[in-house]
Amino acid sequence: MAVTQADLQGDAKRRRKEGLVRGLFFAAALVSVLISALIVVSLVGKAIVFLTKIAPNWSVLWTGGWFPRQGQFSIPTIFVGSFIIGGIAMLVAVPLGLGSAIYLSEYAGPRSRRRLKPIVEILAGVPSIVIAYFAITIISPDFIKKIVGTANYNIFNLAAAGIGVGILTIPLVATIAEDALHAVPAALREASYGLGARRKTTSLRIVFPAAISGITAAIIIGLARAIGETMVVAVAAGGTGGSQFTTDIWGPGQTATGAMAALATGTDSVVGTGATFESLFFVGLLLFALTFTLNVFSERFVRRVRQVY
Amino acid sequence: MAMGIDTAATRAQVEQRLRGSSRDVAGKLFRATLLLSLLLTLGLLVLLLGDVLRRGLPILSERGVSFFSNGSSTLPARAGISQALAGSIALVVIVAVVALPIGIAAAIYIEEYARDTRFTRFITANIRNLAGVPSIVYGILGLVIFVDFLRKLLTGLNTTGGLISGGLTLAVLVLPIVIITASEALRSVPSGIREAAYGVGATRWEVIRSHVLPYAAPGILTGVVLTLARAFGETAPLLLVGAVQGFFSTGSGSTGSKLLGTYTALPVLIYDWSGRIQKEFKDLAAAAIIVMMVVLLIVNGLAIYLRNRYERKW
Repeated sequence: MAVTQADLQGDAKRRRKEGLVRGLFFAAALVSVLISALIVVSLVGKAIVFLTKIAPNWSVLWTGGWFPRQGQFSIPTIFVGSFIIGGIAMLVAVPLGLGSAIYLSEYAGPRSRRRLKPIVEILAGVPSIVIAYFAITIISPDFIKKIVGTANYNIFNLAAAGIGVGILTIPLVATIAEDALHAVPAALREASYGLGARRKTTSLRIVFPAAISGITAAIIIGLARAIGETMVVAVAAGGTGGSQFTTDIWGPGQTATGAMAALATGTDSVVGTGATFESLFFVGLLLFALTFTLNVFSERFVRRVRQVY
Repeated sequence: MAMGIDTAATRAQVEQRLRGSSRDVAGKLFRATLLLSLLLTLGLLVLLLGDVLRRGLPILSERGVSFFSNGSSTLPARAGISQALAGSIALVVIVAVVALPIGIAAAIYIEEYARDTRFTRFITANIRNLAGVPSIVYGILGLVIFVDFLRKLLTGLNTTGGLISGGLTLAVLVLPIVIITASEALRSVPSGIREAAYGVGATRWEVIRSHVLPYAAPGILTGVVLTLARAFGETAPLLLVGAVQGFFSTGSGSTGSKLLGTYTALPVLIYDWSGRIQKEFKDLAAAAIIVMMVVLLIVNGLAIYLRNRYERKW
């Protein structure tokens, strides 16, 4: 007697259960798509409400400063603030993060690696509010004050917030960069040593260029994280209540995330002119678009690494 | 040439030729710079924890139990963290109940069921992008979807459902992290295990339940612990979905409305305290940070212990 397909399928009850379980897991996977859709819908919907409320006075979007209660919604003010914070953060996180990554990947032996890696891991587990506290109680009064002198010192300043955000970003940059360095095949290093190159030359001229896509991705992801960071800015940058357009890193300023936190919590949340509350969503939409672009961009770089090896 | 030349001298000459004439000063400097960047990171960590301990420990030893049992107060000497601690624990429980089953199920679908189609690639790319969305944007999602929705759902119950909104928002925030860590754990189970189970006639679900999941469990558990730690320390989205800052009383409502209504969380309380002008409140914030960091260190230590205890080398 020939074996038919039906003989091998098992009984119907078992197959039904199988289909049901599969359906449940598929639904769970779809939740993530639903969340993305809901994020976009919730942002776009109210952002349009905001735009219709301020129309046709479009100039409030770029003139003056960020004073939502007075109807001044200067987008350049907060996004230049965000990029200043991102820039300062990268000045801190890129050297420290990449230096740590190269040491852990190229210099440290297995034993010292086991001892040194937890430094990065513990820092990665420190919540941003703790770093925010650090920024306002130490970085600003102990370091920034000494740099600018007491006369020009403002406890709230972009520099302290940027350094705080940078410290927060170090583990992210270090981890992604180390993974990229680790993925470089050992044969490349061995070939380099075989030609008589030293460890420094091998690290800098062979391994680093081979991992450059992953390292670029690490920096872009770090920047996206820095721009999206809220608490350090909300505590240390001093933008609550509004800010004039500024590029002075030693003075207070406001960022996109800080503006959103201020709109949700502090004095700004009092309904001033009609569009104050809705501006929260417009800024959120721009921030989402910006970090999304950066993340897609970094994804491109990571894919290049995967293709090579 | 005679064979009896000075071999020691020759060796030295040859070695020098190979190494180059200079001692490797640049190489040593480079290595020292790299090590310095690690040590500087460590230094920042020590400075941070040292300052928090210096400010916070006197408060903890002076106030003792009352710091944990008191609620909010305008007087620094009376203010405590009981409501915040209760709020944080409740939030973490909601996150665990909501995000873990969905996240692990999604990971199982992606790793065990999905074929490599366009749609699957779209889902995974989408999850990676969600992991990069700033946390405050999740606050907006929570504000529009959960807060408004629950307010409509609970009209007449005399509560806003704040705590549940906060918990759901955090659950959505950590969901991509759960999926990514669980996927990694599932992927590390060798395919030989699955094939052996299929070979004796198990269905896909039977293979997953009895073979893949038990082997992936330690990895999934480590990810779960780290995820809950992340939810415990998250502040920004809670500011948007109505965690109360400043002073509040839990009121005289029923237990149910207390649970659903006004709430605060430990990181939100720290934010509030560290923004106050009085030095006493800043020191209270340090004490609260110590409590939070102790919890996080225990939890992270537990994760590392679990990983080392149950980790398998295939």
